[in-house]
Amino acid sequence: MSIFRKKNAKKGPMAEVWRKLKKNKWAMVSLFIIIFLILVALFAPLLCPYDYALQDYEHVLEVPSWAHPFGTDNFGRDIFSRVIFGSRYTVLIGFGCITVSAVVGIALGLIAGYYKKLDGLIMRSIDIVIGMPAMTLLMCLIAVMGISLRNMCIALCITHIPSFARVTRAQVLTLKNQEFIEASVALGANKKRIMLKHILPNALAPNIIEYSLGAGGVVLWSASLSFIGMGVQSPTPEWGLLISEGRQYLRTAPHMAIIPGLTIILLTFVLNYLGDGLRDAMDPRLNK
Amino acid sequence: MIKYILRRLVSMIVVLLVTIVVISTLMYFVPGDPALIMLGQSATKEAVAELHEKYHMDDPYLVKVGKYIGNLLHGDMGISFKSKTPVWDELMARFPVTLRITIGSTVIGLIIGVVTGIISAVKQYSVLDRILTAISLFGASAPSFWIAMMLVLLFSVQLGWLPATGSYSWKHWILPLFTLGLQCSAGIMRMTRSSMLEVIRQDYVRTARAKGQSEPKVIVNHALRNALIPILTTTGIKMCGYIGGSVLVETVFALPGIGKYILDSVSYQDYNVVQGGTVLICICCVIITFVVDMLYALVDPRIKGTYGSSRRVKKVKAKAAVEG
Repeated sequence: MSIFRKKNAKKGPMAEVWRKLKKNKWAMVSLFIIIFLILVALFAPLLCPYDYALQDYEHVLEVPSWAHPFGTDNFGRDIFSRVIFGSRYTVLIGFGCITVSAVVGIALGLIAGYYKKLDGLIMRSIDIVIGMPAMTLLMCLIAVMGISLRNMCIALCITHIPSFARVTRAQVLTLKNQEFIEASVALGANKKRIMLKHILPNALAPNIIEYSLGAGGVVLWSASLSFIGMGVQSPTPEWGLLISEGRQYLRTAPHMAIIPGLTIILLTFVLNYLGDGLRDAMDPRLNK
Repeated sequence: MIKYILRRLVSMIVVLLVTIVVISTLMYFVPGDPALIMLGQSATKEAVAELHEKYHMDDPYLVKVGKYIGNLLHGDMGISFKSKTPVWDELMARFPVTLRITIGSTVIGLIIGVVTGIISAVKQYSVLDRILTAISLFGASAPSFWIAMMLVLLFSVQLGWLPATGSYSWKHWILPLFTLGLQCSAGIMRMTRSSMLEVIRQDYVRTARAKGQSEPKVIVNHALRNALIPILTTTGIKMCGYIGGSVLVETVFALPGIGKYILDSVSYQDYNVVQGGTVLICICCVIITFVVDMLYALVDPRIKGTYGSSRRVKKVKAKAAVEG
């Protein structure tokens, strides 16, 4: 049998995507930056040169220097340490929320695509979430649940579920009529096995694009919500909140707002770039 | 065409009703007593009970939702707990600000986005294309409130050309509109580029060139027209996003729009305003989606064709079946 197989055939579709992605130099750079930022978030306490909450009234609103690479804020706190420690919130909120959304969304999409009876109910509920502008829905949900970090995360998860559910459902609908599914039904596999062993692995690929782009979206939304005071509360050094704190000192110490903004842009930019790279790698029309 | 409009209209009303029910349900479960918010924590039991009686606060769920929808048809969204004035009047006073931001920034975004998108697609893989694509990705990745602050820093603080906050003259509108306009153009540019690239190599574009038509005409009349549907969709989604999401820009530039009003009302626990504002935003979004759907039919006669007379629909479907 093996002589009829193509060289890459048994590695599956993901290996093919990875092979193409590796050729995209900038997408790989983006991937490394993302991994680097995750590591920074995980080891933040070891990397901070100062305590992120330490106030030093002799060095207030200082511009970037060797002692304070990103300068200091209105309480004399080291912005470099605050940005590094803040990555724990921003990066982990971004990946944490999008992971929860992905798991719930993929499960809903799988059920909606496989069980016709539940399809209408699930997809119409998802249409309601999509129908409202994201910011309005987020504000509405947080207004009902109360302003806190946990509630912001729940609201962010809810707003990002639909894209995963829709993508997965579309995949399942095309997959479930294919011969290999028919074959496993004929072999007597039960529904759970077909869904989890045969359909799910084949429906995952497009979700990876959603995951990368969605993580960038969550980072932006969480920063925005913290900026208007509906997310993380002061004195937590979340990046959106750091910009918000810098707003009052825009005239005297613009670095307070500029630097956290650039870090947010770096993170969302590489996530979006990686998402675009993945999309290109998975696009069959670009197969050359 | 009338069938198409009617069908869209009916689905629009259904979507709106369901959304209003969902919002009302969410607001029904908000903890806290609105009467205490209005009267203060030291209010007497009698006063609280009187207020409950006056504003029907103890109505059961279904009655409350039913009454809300009924009153909404008369433009009655209840009263604001804080200012004790009708929510509808308060929202209408602020609506023009949000509408101006939304329409202005979408127009700016469309102009910049479509033009740069076309340039990028026509000159694919050139240096210009790469620069434009990188800038648009940057625009899509930057938080709008940060762009707003950077524009203030540059044009108000450093150069002193434009005012930083307020809404007194046309000069005050330039920065807010360009903040969202630039961000909007990033999304539209990306969509224009990718959908232009899809059509630019089609046979009919080549035929148009072979006929000897000038290049600008080929791009605008033959390529762009066919690439317009995804651009319209993106524009519609962006507009809905700005009706609801202009709160960030309204906060930075101190503009009295709906988003800012809802945000302030959340901190005062003024839930009638939150509910009313959210419903108003959803109504706007449904209307925008409806208009975009109508534009689809205008741009692409094939869409209109599928909703024509039943005989024609059959013909179109049969043709589609033959073509596979």
